[in-house]
This record gives sequence, C-alpha cells and structure tokens, in this order.
Amino acid sequence: MTPILEIEHVSKSFGTTRANDDISLTLAQGEIIALLGENGAGKTTLMSILSGHYTPDSGIIRVAGAVLPPGRPRMAIRAGIGMVYQHFSLAPNLTVLENVMTGTESLWSPRSNTAAGRAKLLALSRKFGLAVDPDARLGDLSVGEQQRVEILKALYNDVRILVLDEPTAVLTNIEAEHLFATLKGMARQGLSLIFISHKLPEVMATADRILVLRGGRLVAERRAAETSRAELAELMVGRAVTRPVRDAATPGAVVLELTDVTLREAGVNRLKSVGLHLREGEVLGIIGVSGNGQKPLAALLGGTARRSGGEVRLFGQPIGNLTVTDAIAAGIGRIPEDRNHEGVVGEMAIWENVVLERIGDYSRHGFVDRQAGMADAERIMAEFDVRGGGAARPIRLLSGGNVQKLILGRNLSRRPRILIAAQPARGLDEGAVAAVHERILAARRAGTAVLLISEDLDEVMALSDRIQAIVGGRLSPPVAAEGADARRLGLMMAGDWMEAEDAS
Amino acid sequence: MNEMMDILGSAGLWAAVLRIATPLIFGTLGALLCERAGVLNLGIEGIMTFGAMAGWLAVYQGCDLWTGLLVAAICGGIFGALHAGLTVTLGLSQHVSGLGVTLFAASLSYYLFRLMVPVAGTPPTVTPFAPVHIPVLSDLPFLGAALFNQTAPTWLAIGLAIALAWVLFRTPLGLAIRMTGENPQAADAQGLNPTALRYGAVIAGSALMAVGGAFLTLSAFNSFFPTMVQGRGWICIALVVFASWRPGRALLGALLFAFFDAFQLRLQTVLTGDLPYQIFLMIPYILSIVALAVMARRARVPQALMKPYRRGERI
Repeated sequence: MTPILEIEHVSKSFGTTRANDDISLTLAQGEIIALLGENGAGKTTLMSILSGHYTPDSGIIRVAGAVLPPGRPRMAIRAGIGMVYQHFSLAPNLTVLENVMTGTESLWSPRSNTAAGRAKLLALSRKFGLAVDPDARLGDLSVGEQQRVEILKALYNDVRILVLDEPTAVLTNIEAEHLFATLKGMARQGLSLIFISHKLPEVMATADRILVLRGGRLVAERRAAETSRAELAELMVGRAVTRPVRDAATPGAVVLELTDVTLREAGVNRLKSVGLHLREGEVLGIIGVSGNGQKPLAALLGGTARRSGGEVRLFGQPIGNLTVTDAIAAGIGRIPEDRNHEGVVGEMAIWENVVLERIGDYSRHGFVDRQAGMADAERIMAEFDVRGGGAARPIRLLSGGNVQKLILGRNLSRRPRILIAAQPARGLDEGAVAAVHERILAARRAGTAVLLISEDLDEVMALSDRIQAIVGGRLSPPVAAEGADARRLGLMMAGDWMEAEDAS
Repeated sequence: MNEMMDILGSAGLWAAVLRIATPLIFGTLGALLCERAGVLNLGIEGIMTFGAMAGWLAVYQGCDLWTGLLVAAICGGIFGALHAGLTVTLGLSQHVSGLGVTLFAASLSYYLFRLMVPVAGTPPTVTPFAPVHIPVLSDLPFLGAALFNQTAPTWLAIGLAIALAWVLFRTPLGLAIRMTGENPQAADAQGLNPTALRYGAVIAGSALMAVGGAFLTLSAFNSFFPTMVQGRGWICIALVVFASWRPGRALLGALLFAFFDAFQLRLQTVLTGDLPYQIFLMIPYILSIVALAVMARRARVPQALMKPYRRGERI
C-alpha cells in the first residue's frame, strides 16, 4: 500500500544555517510517528514545509502518491494535511464555531451556512470524543479546551494527516493524558498522525515509530517498542544526559514565613489561608495543577500582588506589603512562569534585560553605563551557557531554553537569599532542563532558599526537600521528599491530604 | 426647563440629528471595517476632506450627484490603498502612516481645489441632494418632518450599517475579515490571504469615509471649504470604540453624538447671555468622552489591531 505521506530528500536553509538537511520519511495510514528533537533541531521547519508555509530548497513531498505543490498552504489543506500549532492559531474574541469555520467556505457566498457547520463540528466532536460548546467564546475556554478546538479545526478540514507541534507544552498532566488517549483513538479510526515533541515519556507512550532529529538531520529511527528513554535522550542530545540529583544538606534558618495568608482578586479568593515556611539551603516544592493559585502565590512573593490578610515574615521580621523594589532589595530572585511576557522584554537587547531590574546600579550621573551592563551580561552568558549571539541582540531572538538560562543567570549571579522559581523548566528540552535543575541545586548548596512552583512531578520530587500541594488556593501541610511518591503526591494534588503528616 | 422641552418637541431637531449623523455613520462604518481587519486608519480626517472636495468638484464640473459620490469613493479607495501599502506591505506604524495620510489628503484637496476653482469672494456652489419624499411616511404629522424628510445618502448610510453588519457577522468573507483582525496567523493557516483581506478592507473602508466627506458638500451644504470636516473623522475613530466594533452600535453612537450636537446648537440660541457659546460647543465632546469611558471598558478590541503581519515571523 502507498504510504499516506512521503517526504523525500527535503532540505531548507536560512542564511548559512541548514535547518533541514536531506530529510526523508514515510507515514502509513493509521500510524502515529513522533519527531523527536531538541529545540532548534529543525522539527518545526519541517512541519512548516509540510503545511506549505515554507518552500523547501530541494526535495519533494507526496500525499497518497500525489506530489504536493510546495509553498501553498491552501493546497496542503486540500490534500488533507492539518496542523495543530504549539501556539494555537485561534482568535480568543471569536466563538468556537467561528474559529473552526474560518476559511472553509467560498468567500463570496452571501451567507455563511452556520447550521451545516455546527452539525459537522458536533458530529466530529462526538466521533473523536472532543467535547466543545460551539457557541462559547474561545477566550473563555481553558487551554486544554482550546487545543481541542484547534484539533477539531484541523479535522473539520477533512484531514488525513494530522500534525501536532509540541501538543503538551501548554497542557497539565491530566489534560495531556486525555489528549494521548484521543490521539490513539484517532489513529484507530484511520487518521495518520505526526507528533512533534522533546518529551521522552509521552513519545514512548504514544508513537508507533520515533524519528530523531538533531541539527537539521534525521539521525535515527526506532520502533517505540524497541527503544528506551536513555537511548532516545542520547540520540536527541548527541551525548549522554542525566538530570542532576539532590544531595543531602542541612537547611539553615527560616527566611520566609507565611501564616494564614489570603489573597483576594477580582472578587475571588485566589489564596485561602496559606501557610508555609522556607529555610536557607533548602528547596520547598509547591506541586499542583496550573491555575490553583500558583500565579498569585508567586506574584505575592515577587511584589506584584498584595495580600488581603495574614502575616508574612521575611528574615524573621513581619513585613507589610512587599513591592517589587522591596523584593529586589531584599534579595528575592524571581523566575516568572511566563518567561516571555513577564521575564524579559522581547524587543530590548539581552544586556538591557540583564540590567533592567537594577538599573540604578548601572547608572552614572543619570546615564546608563552601557559598558558595565554589556560586560555583566556577557559574563552571565558565558557562565550560564546562554547561546544565540552577542549581548546587544534583541532577546526575542533567543530560544526558550536560552532565555530561561539568562533569567536564571540574572538572578543567581547576584546570590539571592530567596529564589522564587515558577515552572522553571516548562517547555524546555532535555539538555536545558538538566542545566536549569543543576543551577537550582547549586543555588541551594550556596544557601539560597528556593521556592519551586511546578506541576511536573518528576521535577518536584528530584529537587525538593519538602513538598506542599496547592489546590484551589489552599496549601497542604508539607511532606518530606523521602516520604513522597507519585501516588501520594497525586492524591495531594487532588486535594486529599488528610493522611499527610506534617514534615515541618 | 421649558425651553429644553420645546427643543425636544421640535421636528427640526430630529431632522437635524439624522442629517448631522449621516457623515459620522459613513466615517464610523469605514473606520470600523478597517479596524476589524486589524488596521487603524487615522487617515480618515484627510480622506473625508478629500472626499468632500472630490465629490463636490465632480458635480461642479458637470457630473450628477451620484457620480460625485462615486468619484469621492474612488478617491477614498486610492488613499486607502496608500495607507494599506504603508501599513500592510511595509508594516509601518499605523498611527504615523494614518496621520501622514490625513495631512497629505487634506493639503492635496485644498491644493487641487485652488487649482481648479479660481479665488472668488463667495465660494461657488452646486445644487445638493434634495430630500426624498416617501409616500405616506413623509406626510405624517410631526414624524414626517422629523424623520422622513432626509436626502438619499442618509438612507444609504443607514442601509450600509445594516449591510455591513450582515457581511461581518453572517458571511464567510466577514468571518475572514474578522479573523484577520484577531489573528492573521490563524487566517493564513486556514489558507486565507491576510494581506489581501487587509488591503480590501482598508480600501473599502476608506471609500466609505470619503463618501461621508462628500455628504457634507453634496447634501448638508453646497460648497467646499478646506476646514469643513472639523474633526468629524476623529469623532468616528472614537465612535468605533464606543460601538465595540459593531456596525449596529456604530449607527446608534453616531445618532447619539448627532443628537448632542443638534441639541447644543439649539440650546445656544435659547440660553444666550448667561454662558459663553463655547461651553455649548463642548457638550457633545464631553458627553462622548463620558459615553466612551463607560462603553469602552467592556469593549473587545480586535486582538491584532495595529499589529503588522509578516508570515513566518514570531510575535
């Protein structure tokens, strides 16, 4: 049988970079393949060629035996190729149905046939178990629901090949598991799927075949059943990678203490009588599904939100409302959850992003000391292995992993007494995750008190000395990392912590 | 108090409301269409001035009144293409380009006017649109004089508001335009052409603005002078926000503003002596700022408004 998709000898260069170098692959009907690779390995470029948004320099693509004209998005859609992008291409102000129907009818038709569209959408939603309300405003949906809409949008165009670019990057663990079940169901119904990822467990669990990309080249192909996480990690990075492990340490004095803290925002209690304490030289892990109060907690401690009640003690002293200036002056380092929006200013240079929060230290006679700023930025870039050009380039040109390493460097180079790290490894590839974890553990060894807010169980268990779960704005009592396993933390994340003893 | 009731009870007030609202309706619909596709068009003030001049000049040169409106629309479309070229193709700042188009179009219209029409003591005039007599309705007592004694372009404006609402919310083209204003990447991913859609919307929108300007010289008055648009374009830009980018509400907003304006004009003549007349002139603007502050808080701005789209670039 002819494979549904054949990619033959496709190459694409940007300037001197070969983003795709002679890539060939095939996809059979009803098969799920995974494209595994670090950020920058060329996965997204390959998919943009497939969707017609880039024209390859050489090579051809066949869909069910017929050659696909290059660089024509409309033709790719017509051939049955559907894309689900990591950053959804959806409009929050429009309804689900409007998002799905955009561009599906002749533009000059005097009336949109919304009744037929709605019926088709609901039929697809039933067939594949993707429940959505066609009339809901997209912006009111959760991220997981939005992804369902993105998938339905592709299905609505009668796809035969569905390409998902990092589909779990924005999902919680539960949403991700639900997604994988859905994808397997789709493959059983005859759809062919390409699934781009750098997360090993999900690739192993979902794909039939795994293709590993590195530096724009296809370096290996394995059947999922015949490989291991260790082998894939090594193939992907090109060398053996191991995540660092936490060694035993004795925590010091309590530096931060929250008692009965509540935070009310827009009429909703985001934090409900939260209590925690944090000691020098330890990592306190806050585990929980996104949206349970992690953001207000990080904002409160970083100085961008005010509590409505309760007490906060910093280095033993009760304090009033913390401002950002206070937080910086007190030596509280912050790694924000949304690094591109809160962590850096994309259009500004790397060195400017490094000095911005301490601009006073880099000022002389009212002028910014550019040389000192550049020098410090370059030192941090060298020390924290930030790759992607000189310190004068705009920071938006850096990859996510490099931005995160820079943010870490900006904070850790000042030896903070407290580090608030919110989802520090989210969306990073395996190499960068290891680097970030190593830095956090190094800070812990140096005596920094680290508050690690994360929804990644592996991460929290590997780095934390004590763990508290956050559910609906409440914090569980802490448990010692030694006594915590995935099952117990899972129960705590579900709000069931009656059996958890206090490990403070 | 009695004077105010007298004003509200006069048919002349309500006839004036519709007349004053007409150019605002055209302009607001035009600006709304541009913004729905993601392009802020601050060229409106100049485009309305040019439309007023071009429409008038065409009629002065012997064309009929409808041809005059058509000439204005075409000229508006050309300025729209210029604005789209600068903001869509070149991706320049929509504010700067729009203000540039306004200054250019306004100056050019005065220049062409001076070139074509010799300086005279009193400006030359044309015969403007006459009120349309609608059987039965126009003969009703009070209502006939108050509402059904308008020129054809006024009815066209109201019809266009309904038509634009239909196009934007009931047709595939309208959905494509709205998607382009919300997320051009998404439109592109669905095989639409955001660049073409933006050009089309800006050209059509600018044509509407110019027709609004031409209403001033071909219906409301009968001659052209360079300052006659008097900030109406800026009012339209505010009305788009007031209307939350919806044509029906744009129509209401234009009528509301026109009501304030017509009311203050009459109030000036009644309450003389006590207050400087400039106070009255301020009333519609103050009330529109208040209305804007109340309405705009709930508005849902097109998410890609003022963001140039270049394929393949991260935003």
